Amino acid sequence: MEENKRLVKVPTMAQMAANGEEPEILFWVGCAGAFDDRYKRVTRAFVQILEHVGVKYAVLGTEESCTGDPAKRAGNEFLFQMQALTNIEVLNAYNVKKIVTACPHCFNTIKNEYPDLGGNYEVIHHSTFLQQLINEGKVKVQGGEAFTGKRITFHDSCYLGRANDIYEAPRDVLAALDADLVEMKRSRANGLCCGAGGAQMFKEPEPGKKDINIERTEEALATLGAGNGVIATACPFCMVMMNDGVKNKEQEESVKVFDIAELIAQAEGLSK
Amino acid sequence: MIGIENIVFLIVAAIGIGLFVWQIRKIRKNILIGRDVELADNPSERINKTLLVAFGQQKMFKRMLPAVLHLFVYVGFLVINIEVLEILIDGIFGTHRILGFAGILYSGLMAVNEILAALVIIACVIFLWRRNVTHVPRLANGVEMRAWPKLDANLILITEIVLMIALFAFNISDLKLAELRGAHLAGAFPVSSMFVNVLGSDPDTLHVIGRVGWWFHILGILAFMNYLPSSKHFHIIMAFPNVYYSKLLPKGKFTTNPAITHEIKAMLDPSYQPPAPEVDAEGNPVMQRFGAKDVEDLTWKQLMDSYTCTECGRCTSVCPANITGKLLSPRKIVMDTRDRMEEKGEHPAIFKPNHYKEMGVERVEVTEEKTLLRGYITPEELWACTSCNACVESCPVNIDQLSTIMDLRRYLVLEESAAPASLNAMFTNIENNGAPWAFSPADRFNWADELYVPSKN
Repeated sequence: MEENKRLVKVPTMAQMAANGEEPEILFWVGCAGAFDDRYKRVTRAFVQILEHVGVKYAVLGTEESCTGDPAKRAGNEFLFQMQALTNIEVLNAYNVKKIVTACPHCFNTIKNEYPDLGGNYEVIHHSTFLQQLINEGKVKVQGGEAFTGKRITFHDSCYLGRANDIYEAPRDVLAALDADLVEMKRSRANGLCCGAGGAQMFKEPEPGKKDINIERTEEALATLGAGNGVIATACPFCMVMMNDGVKNKEQEESVKVFDIAELIAQAEGLSK
Repeated sequence: MIGIENIVFLIVAAIGIGLFVWQIRKIRKNILIGRDVELADNPSERINKTLLVAFGQQKMFKRMLPAVLHLFVYVGFLVINIEVLEILIDGIFGTHRILGFAGILYSGLMAVNEILAALVIIACVIFLWRRNVTHVPRLANGVEMRAWPKLDANLILITEIVLMIALFAFNISDLKLAELRGAHLAGAFPVSSMFVNVLGSDPDTLHVIGRVGWWFHILGILAFMNYLPSSKHFHIIMAFPNVYYSKLLPKGKFTTNPAITHEIKAMLDPSYQPPAPEVDAEGNPVMQRFGAKDVEDLTWKQLMDSYTCTECGRCTSVCPANITGKLLSPRKIVMDTRDRMEEKGEHPAIFKPNHYKEMGVERVEVTEEKTLLRGYITPEELWACTSCNACVESCPVNIDQLSTIMDLRRYLVLEESAAPASLNAMFTNIENNGAPWAFSPADRFNWADELYVPSKN
């Protein structure tokens, strides 16, 4: 099988600029996508898709820095703007026009909050981007693992859903898998948060009766019913919270948490 | 014929309306304690939103049963007001059913009114049942649901029932009197005609009952109007401007403070010239706090929000923090803002926040500080928020609870450096490593190592 695969050399903006080139899209990886062991696999799956369809893309590599989202949600407007203004300087220097990211928090911040500070870009979440690739026939969702009839439930990210009204794109992507999509009772605009937003990811929860991710995981497990199933997410924080929830419920053998990009890469035969 | 009764009516109506205007001015003054914010853009989208969400009750229909019952009361209120207009004209000029000349149109209006009035009674009885017998959790629970909010809700429902009964008493006696005279009363009365004999057939008694019903209804309305500013029921007025001025931007976009932008730009580039600071009437620079400590640090829209709140608890019932037993209740944030505003500023005729403040405090440990932050809302509540926007999404009158929570959080962090230790560690990580975790920025691109894709050929 060795000869059937090739090593990917992920292009950076710096290399592109040195060659006098401009990519079609900048893939904004985000901190979780770069550092979190679990979400690095999502980053890699998404790059495999980009390579597979032959989009001209680049990343910032070590020039990328936190968008400032967690600082802003935690109330530290000063630190947020420091990060934002620095990032905007980098992005504008490279003349970036179009940004795709797999993180709804990065997506929301760059799309909605950077314009006030001088950063104006077309920002696309990877769910919308994947939906477009499928609609255009560039991704055929075949050649890999079959998901036909498999039970999948999609957990809405607050910063994708309510914050930006993107509910259908991730569902359309999942629909292409021909799986058995089941909706939780609290979904779309009524979706329940995983518990990580608003900088909760970086602190212990306040005193209460229960952790929010447990409440949400219980709902997901009840929706999937007995047997194997997949909780699909489209956000690195949701993924951590749902994974922890599934482990807490000792269901990690039967219920897996995957990002929509991983599912597509698997179905397309791009990754194991 | 204008008699003594009409003159008394005119005086009572003038006092009632005058008192109402006086109260409205107080509330206006309270709202204007808030910071200024420009929200007049895009009038066509705003009108559209007002038609859908306020007039059309769009967001109520996320929960069917209360939506339908509320619709009866709402439409009843709007349509029956046309008859109230007639009552006013009759009262001033001593006429009797002045709009009766409209013939079939009048009959239709009266018939619709009667049916709506009956539906209003049914709806209000079910609402009372939900509050006091089945104890719907969002209406019954929560530290903010102290004595006054519960009494207020019941008072309103009972008043509405009594007003509708007065209307029926007026119609029934009128109908029976006409029948006794062998005359035809202008209008159609499908409900009253079923009960036409319940008040007996003595013309004198009927006349008195009719007048009492009439007076009770109109005095009831004047009293009700003056009760509104002290009540959650004030939403029947405030819902419309509040929806008109609601946020049109994506819910995920939080406000940006330009003063901070100038500060950072000046820091990064010494040649940067920030604009001159705002000055007040005496030419002194306006000191603006970062974030909100008290009501004057919030915008007038955030203060208007709290006068629009109907205390329905939809926000709290969908709040992930509240559902899992944390202290945060978005409804409490909004109600506290109103109470603090009235403590600091003006208060309407009946309600004074201190009437009930001490009750039902439970786990919320406020301090003696005379500010919204800590005096009413504790940091523990604020730090429980996941900024998920479920409260904002659920609010039928487009209150933005999250913006107030965020402004209070900003004050804690920017003015007091009072973030939880773990968040301070996160801030330090971002400052030093450009990531919220303690990873080296040099390792940021390591994810791309050893990455393969299948070859196409």
